[in-house]
Amino acid sequence: MFCIRNPKFVENKRLKLSNSQLKWEILFKRILIAMSILLVLIILGVLATLIIESMPSIKALGFGYLWGKVWDPVQNIYGAYPFLIGTLLTSFIALIISVPFSYAIAIYLGEYNPKGWLSDLLKNTVELIAAVPSIIYGFWGLFVLVPMVRELEMKFHVLPYGIGILTASLILAIMIIPYGASLGISLIRMVPSPLKEGAYALGATRFEVIRSVIMPYTRSGLFAGVLLSLGRALGETMAVTMLIGNTSTIPSSIFAPGNTMASVIANEFTEADHTEYLSALIELGLVLFFVTVVINLIGKRIITRFTNN
Amino acid sequence: MKLSKSLKLAVVALAASCVTMAASAQDNVLLGAGSTFVNPLFSKMFSQYTASKVNYQSIGSGGGILQLTNKTVDFGDSDAPLNDDQTKKMSAQVLHIPMTSGAVVVTYNVPGVAGGLKLSGKDLADIYLGKVTKWNSPEVKDSNPGVSLPDLPIVVIHRSDGSGTSFIFTDFLTKVNPEWASKVGKASAVNWPAGLGGKGNEGVAGLVKQTPGAIGYVELAYAVQNKMPFAAIQNKSGKFITPTLEATTLASNVVIPADSKVSITNTDNPKGYPIASFTWALIYKEQNYGGRSKVRATELVKLLWWNIHQGQANCAPLNYAPLSKSAVKVAETILKSATYGGKAIL
Amino acid sequence: MEARIGMRNIKSNIFKGIIVFFAFLITVPLVIILLYIIKQGAGQVNWKFLTGTPAPVGEAGGGIANALVGSFVMVMTASVVAIPVGMAAGVYLSENPRTKLAYYSSLCVDILQGVPSIVVGIVVYFWLVKPLGTFSALSGSIALAIMMLPIVIRSTEQTLKLLPDSLKEAALSLGVPYHRVILKVTIPCGFAGILSGITLSIARVIGETAPLLFTAFGSPFVSAALGKPMESLPHLIFTYATSPYDDWHNLAWGASFILLMFVLTLNIITKVITRKWKIQL
Repeated sequence: MFCIRNPKFVENKRLKLSNSQLKWEILFKRILIAMSILLVLIILGVLATLIIESMPSIKALGFGYLWGKVWDPVQNIYGAYPFLIGTLLTSFIALIISVPFSYAIAIYLGEYNPKGWLSDLLKNTVELIAAVPSIIYGFWGLFVLVPMVRELEMKFHVLPYGIGILTASLILAIMIIPYGASLGISLIRMVPSPLKEGAYALGATRFEVIRSVIMPYTRSGLFAGVLLSLGRALGETMAVTMLIGNTSTIPSSIFAPGNTMASVIANEFTEADHTEYLSALIELGLVLFFVTVVINLIGKRIITRFTNN
Repeated sequence: MKLSKSLKLAVVALAASCVTMAASAQDNVLLGAGSTFVNPLFSKMFSQYTASKVNYQSIGSGGGILQLTNKTVDFGDSDAPLNDDQTKKMSAQVLHIPMTSGAVVVTYNVPGVAGGLKLSGKDLADIYLGKVTKWNSPEVKDSNPGVSLPDLPIVVIHRSDGSGTSFIFTDFLTKVNPEWASKVGKASAVNWPAGLGGKGNEGVAGLVKQTPGAIGYVELAYAVQNKMPFAAIQNKSGKFITPTLEATTLASNVVIPADSKVSITNTDNPKGYPIASFTWALIYKEQNYGGRSKVRATELVKLLWWNIHQGQANCAPLNYAPLSKSAVKVAETILKSATYGGKAIL
Repeated sequence: MEARIGMRNIKSNIFKGIIVFFAFLITVPLVIILLYIIKQGAGQVNWKFLTGTPAPVGEAGGGIANALVGSFVMVMTASVVAIPVGMAAGVYLSENPRTKLAYYSSLCVDILQGVPSIVVGIVVYFWLVKPLGTFSALSGSIALAIMMLPIVIRSTEQTLKLLPDSLKEAALSLGVPYHRVILKVTIPCGFAGILSGITLSIARVIGETAPLLFTAFGSPFVSAALGKPMESLPHLIFTYATSPYDDWHNLAWGASFILLMFVLTLNIITKVITRKWKIQL
């Protein structure tokens, strides 16, 4: 097409064009690199901000901060222990409740019923659980779950707060089920069928195949799913803040009110009126950041290794 | 291809509309934060004030003080005057302008007891210390002959945030119960020995309303608006006083010092309600900071001026005690001392 | 022998029963929650509710227009920031998977995915709110944008990685410059996948409350000024839900209903897009 008229002219124009195109190309590549660097900078920035802002409290309190049992902003005493306990208690109770569910969903959708409308429906439902905002879980929990827990507490003759560690854990359990489940589904579907078929050929029942072939094969992956749910539970803020009772004492039982690291920050950050107080809160954020990041990274590592195998 | 083009178009249109919207919005909203104690009154006042718009966020007195320290708001509001620590953290002198006074009432949710509960200050402190745990315990019964109290555990509700209401409440408990004074003390956020925390007056009222057997403390307006019962509290003269507008007014009828910082808890007045306090709007004395315009500074001072004059008409219907004439005089003097670039604003 | 096989089969069936029971039991709380929100909230929605602003404390009436507009403005601003950045980073990761930078930024995406939202709130407070001297919708939007990034990046990266290399190679061999190949060939081909990531990320942040507590703050006015504090749906629900006023509870139920509808719609859109896309592959 071009050659018919004036080859030379066209040649020049193309050269010009490609020159400007080259500039664009370089600019484009630089933008891509810059955005990837920006990502690294965001993480470094988050880390730096947290560390710098929590410096006064780290300097003043050292490691004792983590084991201090009293959180008393009036006397300027800051111990994170009650919140560590609160966080661990709620997260682990939630985990214990949620694991049977997420494993059951994973096994059912991965092995028993991987296709069909029923399977799709259930899978979408599970994903929906993850989609509902945490504030809505908190709101619903406050008006529906709390009176139910209060009834239960009346029966057990404990102080009927209704709000407390148990209530927060129950809501958390519902919220974290999808995280373990959806990972589990895809992992169980990845189990090579020759393995299963071999077992069936030897006369194993479905249960035996699941117990002796599928579970051992996917164990580490399913564990990673549990870790990811745990990471999610540790950092969950709003639903927990609304349901846990917001007291800075060490919870005496699972019915007692408490506080998690995230809920303390949500409650007290906008009003921490002296340096140590504020930086003690930020240090909580720093600890939370480290814990969730480490747990998530371990989980992700296990999954990568699993899928690569 | 089609999709990507339409997406591009949408993004451009959106960005453009965002920019124009941002540009067209005027800079006329005053931002305040702090006390939830005064929030019902403030939200009513600011809905009537037309000269400028006011965005008041009730995040607790502690939060109001901190945000003023960080200069993220135009004014704070606290039910407790700044303490030495807080004063030191402020980069400049802060003015306390009294806005109104109100009563902190002890509200409760006891099935079968619709009202008329009486409590002495000492017993109240013991309940909050976690020593008195049942509604039918002898301490509560003694003050309430003839009231049939159920065998129900007392669920203590306190504030989870830094609060002027907590300050007023613990200030009273400190004055009437030595054990409270030594173990807990008075502050806007103390280390509560027992109970559940609610965020703001709203949160405490919400929890009490929801929880059978609960006891909590909120500003009178919250209890009245939500039709929650509240207890008569024994004052210094030994009389059980039901918190009302009159009882609060009597308690706040004191000589106001020039800086207006005065505590009126545990009043000497025999008919005064013992758990009452002023609430103060907090502004920097020198208004020329952080690039603020003089217009904005003037708007702010005018707003507060309106609050202590015409705005006071909103107090009584919401059960806050209007400022007395002498208090208004003091507030006027303080407000007039506000400056912009060294020159008086009013 | 027969009996043992029988036992084993019974055991297997019992196990299946347990699995089915637990797997379907989880739908119960979700259905209860959804129905409850719809029951409490749907009736609240009317013209006044959608267009009004909050009434003074304790007075009946009022609406949630301030939060509706606020959520819309902030999520849109966050998208304007997060989508280009996320897509660029995603393209880089899929194009240069073996560079050192790719390793580190991929690690950072993983980290970012796990950062609790409240921590993002703290950090943005120190980055924007304190230096600017005011709470602002802008800082809220940035916090939300940071929350959106990992999803946008991962969806871009994974979609583009799934595309056959021959597609790109064909375009490059025709002498088309690199950036045009990416913008005109690769991204349009993987557009559906990327779009589903975008809708998913919007669905995620529209319900986020924690990062907004210390950034966007709240406001009773309908405003689109990015430099001012702004209300959002989840923050409004939080304040109203914990209050003692029945009227506010009703507003909060209505707001929850609307928020839920938004989130569900966005999720369904995502589903439809991914399904369609898979068919095309």
